[in-house]
Amino acid sequence: MTKEERIKQRHKAEKRFRFYGILSISVAVLFVFILVQNIFSKGSSAFYRTVIKTEVFFDKELLELGENPSIQELQSLDLFDLSVSSLLKIYPIDDPEKENELIQMFSPDYEFEIKKYLVKNPDLIGKSAIINLTASDDIDQLNKGNFPRDLPEDMRRVNNFQLEIFDTLVSSNKIDTIFNNYFFTNGDSRDPELAGIGGSLMGSFFTIVICLLLSFPIAILASIYLEEFAPKNKLTDLIEININNLAAVPSIVYGLLGLGILLGFMEFPRSTPLVAGITLSLMTLPRIIIPCRASLKAVPPSIREGALAVGASKFQTVFHHVVPLAMPGTLSGTIIGLAQALGETAPLILIGMVAFVVDVPTSPVDPSASLPVQVYLWSESAERGFVEKTSATIMMLLIFLIVMNFIAVYLRQKFERKWN
Amino acid sequence: MKSNKIKISSKNLNVYYGQKQALFNVNLDLHEKEVTALIGPSGCGKSTFIRCINRMNDVIDICKVEGTIKIDEVDINSKKIDVVQLREKVGMVFQKPNPFPKSIYDNIAYAPTIHGIAQNKNDMDQLVENCLKKAALWNEVKDRLNEPGTSLSGGQQQRLCIARAISVNPEVILMDEPCSALDPIATAKIEELIDELRGTYTIVIVTHSMAQAVRVSQKTGFFHLGKLIEFGTTEKIFKNPSNNMTQDYITGRFG
Repeated sequence: MTKEERIKQRHKAEKRFRFYGILSISVAVLFVFILVQNIFSKGSSAFYRTVIKTEVFFDKELLELGENPSIQELQSLDLFDLSVSSLLKIYPIDDPEKENELIQMFSPDYEFEIKKYLVKNPDLIGKSAIINLTASDDIDQLNKGNFPRDLPEDMRRVNNFQLEIFDTLVSSNKIDTIFNNYFFTNGDSRDPELAGIGGSLMGSFFTIVICLLLSFPIAILASIYLEEFAPKNKLTDLIEININNLAAVPSIVYGLLGLGILLGFMEFPRSTPLVAGITLSLMTLPRIIIPCRASLKAVPPSIREGALAVGASKFQTVFHHVVPLAMPGTLSGTIIGLAQALGETAPLILIGMVAFVVDVPTSPVDPSASLPVQVYLWSESAERGFVEKTSATIMMLLIFLIVMNFIAVYLRQKFERKWN
Repeated sequence: MKSNKIKISSKNLNVYYGQKQALFNVNLDLHEKEVTALIGPSGCGKSTFIRCINRMNDVIDICKVEGTIKIDEVDINSKKIDVVQLREKVGMVFQKPNPFPKSIYDNIAYAPTIHGIAQNKNDMDQLVENCLKKAALWNEVKDRLNEPGTSLSGGQQQRLCIARAISVNPEVILMDEPCSALDPIATAKIEELIDELRGTYTIVIVTHSMAQAVRVSQKTGFFHLGKLIEFGTTEKIFKNPSNNMTQDYITGRFG
């Protein structure tokens, strides 16, 4: 082969390699784009809910209230009859049997929503008000255009009569779309229009806080000891190998551990962020120790020698010089470990966090769900409302993960100091 | 030339890195307030020797030191010696400048802080200024003491490291090829500095440059393959060595 041919071939090989590189990056970007686009198109409508503007007359006589009723009195009112009669007024119905079909167009919480409005505005007694009442899931989906209207009547969940009412309400501007605050504040529910991630958000928050409090100090101390103080012998080699092995153990195994020891043996409260946090910190520990040790190892030995040579003790050298220099890598390793824990589902299923929890937890020992488990739970539900909620929850989870990763990158760049 | 009193004295010093023996029976007396140069080809054990003087070899797990080194008649390897106090007395400057990634001020102030040398901010300011003046760096950095030490040039960094080493007022300064990473102008400045420091400190310098050894030192030791081949006044070693190997090395026939 002549020199020219060899040069040509070398250039060709370089070009080919560049092409393959660009190709693989494009494929990866394409897949990410499809994923995000899919989630967004399915999930974005979950941030809005359909309401039916309903006029409610708070009849003083009917409510049997005295002057200036207290909030307790208002809260203990029975508003059922008043509510139903208000709902029925939005559309004239001759046939009493069809009344139920009209009521079903509202979310079953209508009485609660009316009462909440009254408690907030007690001066409305004796007057009437237009209240935004949440529509049922079927009407919500119909309004969002996710509902195939042209199916035969016996195959759809909204019958012809309800469609007729809906169209009349739309033409008289009584259907409105508002921001879905329920999605962020409510716990889980059997009714998709009322279900929210409030409970699982708090559950995930408590879980991550417990996981951080347990795993960060232990991982930092363990990695500093192993890297800087421990003698290098067979025992420490064995520990090092096993930390790497633990990081590779499937997360569900940690779930089994949590189930067997924390729930079975120590009898911790089931489905709580406390158990979830402990279980996940077991999983996260080796995943934090490894980057921590790597960043300690990356501090050049010349810095250690410099400190030792001016008479700093081993302890002073490590804590005045090595640890501060390793901090950015340590912190970002911790955050990425926590982000992994935040997205973990399998171990949480084993420790009972799949329970259906309506109440928003207020402490780490209340039963609760977590974001990824909520995704899993809702993805199994058939209702269309849960499909969009699943995607919306994934969006929230992704946002949290992206924010955490950005913090990690930011910390690394801000505190990274150059050494010679 | 009249010799000062003996400061550092090694007797039958043997050093092992695992299976490999790095120093063989080194017997060497270093005198106070003199500059002693250690020369010899790479891997001959001269760095290992000076790292024994402030026990930097303790850091290396597989390193084992046998024999005695005495500073002022005290065995530094004895169990009673606290290595931190030893290193306060014996400072070290490394081959590659290694300032802490902190401000110039903090680089100097760190050691006095941990040893409790300066009582207040004023004392510390004075101490930092003195050290930088002694290291002939003050005029270049007095307006930017808060800038990172790593932002200085290589030669300035090395002078900063020397200033750092003298900040705890040591008795001995060990220099492990302090100029090997520097250009000739920076080297000249460091050599000038070593000459000035000689009156105050006992200095041991490892160097690859024979010209440097001639310029800065009063005594020279020649190491080869872990053995001290010859030791004497610099003048004698370079003008009239008694060992053939020394003769060959200083005339550039090997090494």
